[in-house]
Amino acid sequence: MTRNEIIAPENLVYHKPTLMNDNHMHYCPGCSHGVVHKLVAEVIEEMGLTDHAVGISPVGCSVFAYNYIDIDWQEAAHGRAPAIATAIKRLWPDRLVFTYQGDGDLACIGTAETIHALNRGENITIIFINNAIYGMTGGQMAPTTLLGQKTSTCPYGRQADLHGYPLKITEIAATLEGTCYVTRQSVQTVAAIRKAKAAIRKAFENSMNGRGSNLVEIVSTCSSGWKLTPVEANKWMTEHMFPFYPLGDLKDTTIE
Amino acid sequence: MGKIKGAIVINEERCKGCDLCAVACPLHLIAPSGKVNHRGYPYVVQDDAEGRCTGCTACAIVCPDGCISVYRVKSE
Repeated sequence: MTRNEIIAPENLVYHKPTLMNDNHMHYCPGCSHGVVHKLVAEVIEEMGLTDHAVGISPVGCSVFAYNYIDIDWQEAAHGRAPAIATAIKRLWPDRLVFTYQGDGDLACIGTAETIHALNRGENITIIFINNAIYGMTGGQMAPTTLLGQKTSTCPYGRQADLHGYPLKITEIAATLEGTCYVTRQSVQTVAAIRKAKAAIRKAFENSMNGRGSNLVEIVSTCSSGWKLTPVEANKWMTEHMFPFYPLGDLKDTTIE
Repeated sequence: MGKIKGAIVINEERCKGCDLCAVACPLHLIAPSGKVNHRGYPYVVQDDAEGRCTGCTACAIVCPDGCISVYRVKSE
């Protein structure tokens, strides 16, 4: 069987999700955002919620998320995505409402909105991309930057006595009464991507079933900010990020 | 016993040459092409003259830009 015979529409087993349009993504090569965008689009498609999904895009690298996934989007002021999501979900309880935020947006300027929205148990899902750096503005130190990690604003590495400790927002969220499902995932391998997809699906289902708020943290790479190639960035993340940000479910109230 | 054969189509204009698919491919069939697309990115190609690709979709799943479509067929 020749290659041309294999490439036939009936043999197609995987392609870009149809919800993702053909716009060129502005992300750097190898950026984890692209994979997470694909997962979000796939899950919404599989749940049949194409016409009922509303995403809240943040300020940060993923500010243009609305250009790539063909669902309804609302742009939020920096860090205020969970507050906007609260309003939209309360006005339209039958919609799937999720926010898509980076660590600078969610864990720094938007900490108050994030914690209070989660604590109120709003039926929303927060997708939290944690790459331990401010990617869009040029690789400055973020609250999630690891101790010793070099960024443009801590060129000698982050020091606890000078800059404080990295913020584990997901661990904080797991202690809140309003949260239903809090998990930390990654997208560096095929197996991790499948797990992350299952986590996003579970979070979306919980928010549609009115079980409370859901937080899915995706530990991600920022090859430009870390000054590594995409392949090296994945290795660096596995070696340095995972010991401090261990993967797995932190809270799941759907399991009794 | 049927043999599973696969093939991939890479959207060269969408590819940014991050090489994550090359690392993910269990048979190491994907490699840089040495050419650049119209956007200035060095794109990758699949070098599968012997038809070893099984269409496992690993390359397409890790592709951040959704450049890869995977086709699979079970031949007798």
